[in-house]
Amino acid sequence: MDHVIEARGLAKSFAGAEAVRGVDLTVRAGEIVGFLGPNGAGKTTTLRMLTTLLRPTAGTATVAGHDLIADPAGVRRGIGYVAQGGSTNPSCTALRELVLQARLYRVPDAPARSRDLLAEFDLADRPIGSMSGGQKRRLDIALGVVHRPAVVFLDEPTTGLDPQSRSALWDHVRRLRERHGTTVFLTTHYLEEADALCDRVLIIDQGRVIEEGSPRELKARLGGDVVTIEISGDVPHARSALAGLAAVREVRVTGRTLRLTVAPGDRILIELTRALDAAGVEPLSIRHTRPTLDDVFLALTDRKAAAHAA
Amino acid sequence: MPRDTWLLFRHQLRLTLGGWLGLLFGVLQPVLNLVLFGPLLGSYLGHDSWQIFVPGVLIQLSLLSPGLAGFGIVFDARFGVLERLRVTPASRLALLLGRVLTNTVVLLGQAALVIAVGTAFGFRVPVTGLLIGLTLLLPLAAGLAALSYAFALALRRQELFAPLSSTFVVPLLLLSGALLPMSTAPGWLDAASRATPFRYGADALRAAFAGHYTSGTLTAGLAVSAAFAVAALAIGTRTFTRQNS
Repeated sequence: MDHVIEARGLAKSFAGAEAVRGVDLTVRAGEIVGFLGPNGAGKTTTLRMLTTLLRPTAGTATVAGHDLIADPAGVRRGIGYVAQGGSTNPSCTALRELVLQARLYRVPDAPARSRDLLAEFDLADRPIGSMSGGQKRRLDIALGVVHRPAVVFLDEPTTGLDPQSRSALWDHVRRLRERHGTTVFLTTHYLEEADALCDRVLIIDQGRVIEEGSPRELKARLGGDVVTIEISGDVPHARSALAGLAAVREVRVTGRTLRLTVAPGDRILIELTRALDAAGVEPLSIRHTRPTLDDVFLALTDRKAAAHAA
Repeated sequence: MPRDTWLLFRHQLRLTLGGWLGLLFGVLQPVLNLVLFGPLLGSYLGHDSWQIFVPGVLIQLSLLSPGLAGFGIVFDARFGVLERLRVTPASRLALLLGRVLTNTVVLLGQAALVIAVGTAFGFRVPVTGLLIGLTLLLPLAAGLAALSYAFALALRRQELFAPLSSTFVVPLLLLSGALLPMSTAPGWLDAASRATPFRYGADALRAAFAGHYTSGTLTAGLAVSAAFAVAALAIGTRTFTRQNS
């Protein structure tokens, strides 16, 4: 099975208002895909459709080899779903929740599988009410993968966690793929999380996927690198020397500072210093900044907002 | 489906028994009724008062305890447990039945305690009458629990569950004739009472405990109880099966 998730024109409206307006997406086996978007963009609604919790108003999808509309029970057997707000009863213990979950999925030897999962996710069998936020979140994920699903959906897995718990959780998610080949589809609004964890990112805004690619590609395509150069000599002269270079897209001048938007590349600083040398300009400082996914995201959603307002 | 129901029932029952303090307080009110109000009733109704009052307390118990069952699912919905279970292959009917079965078994235990305390005060019931009485009582309780869950799930503002469900349960209790038999009620109250299922339950329970096994009252009570349970479980299942929209 090459494509674990394949959705075409998936849409959902609530009482006439369109929450999701036709989402197309494809996720290959073994990928970790991030679904990014501002609050209210349609992330959770899309996820709830793909996990059979919401019936789409239009569109088709195949998830884990089963048709979403015709065979929701088949989809449920092949997926794991970890909801945003947690999934456990604080007065129950970790092992009992796991054993119940394993039995509902008809996992052979449910108690053994459950104990293995406690170990795999660094958890002790304790009352869930006494666990830390990070431990509860890891238990949520363990519950989601108890039946070794082909694909696991994580809805904002690290929201509200401290930085340490967050990076521990990232390790667990990576390990799922490394050890079991699990495909992971996660929503997040932490771009840093998508950057650290995802092979590919889909950006959704106002109910539609507006951009997709690896974090690196997106940054290269949409962000561009920025080089800031401060000089002591003739500013217009320096400007014309640099503006002619193929890699330079735009030059802006503020006082003695030139701000260049350039094509991403590791040799850009070398080219720029050589050009300045050749023109006889002495740079005081050169600073190279790479865009973050935040820059990409803001650029995209700004552009959309502007187009929408026009 | 039966296996999922059994799994969820066992899980739920263990959780419920773990919260034994809640169970104790659940049965405390009917038992206090028995102890603090029963003897007073005796001075009005004579020495037969326990025969009338103990079935009444059982009806009260089977209204109050399953009537508030939906409370549990409000919490499960908030904790995300319900949604987690809805993504598993477990049948939707099993998600409901596992809980309803738990409530029914808990009620059985509480009823046993009420009957034991009543017996200490002088209440007497033939074994056949007791078994018929429970056959009548348990479907009523199961049906009410199913309705309570359906109501809790359908309610958008779930913080209103407790006040709203008491608003339904208390009139049902008063109209059932559980506290005092409806036979002495004015005509209009008697008529209103006959519009509620628990009226038939209370009358039939008293008939069964008194050994009137062939009376029309008992037959009517059993029929109403069964019909109520079937209708309530159908409504409950529909609510559980429906996808969120």
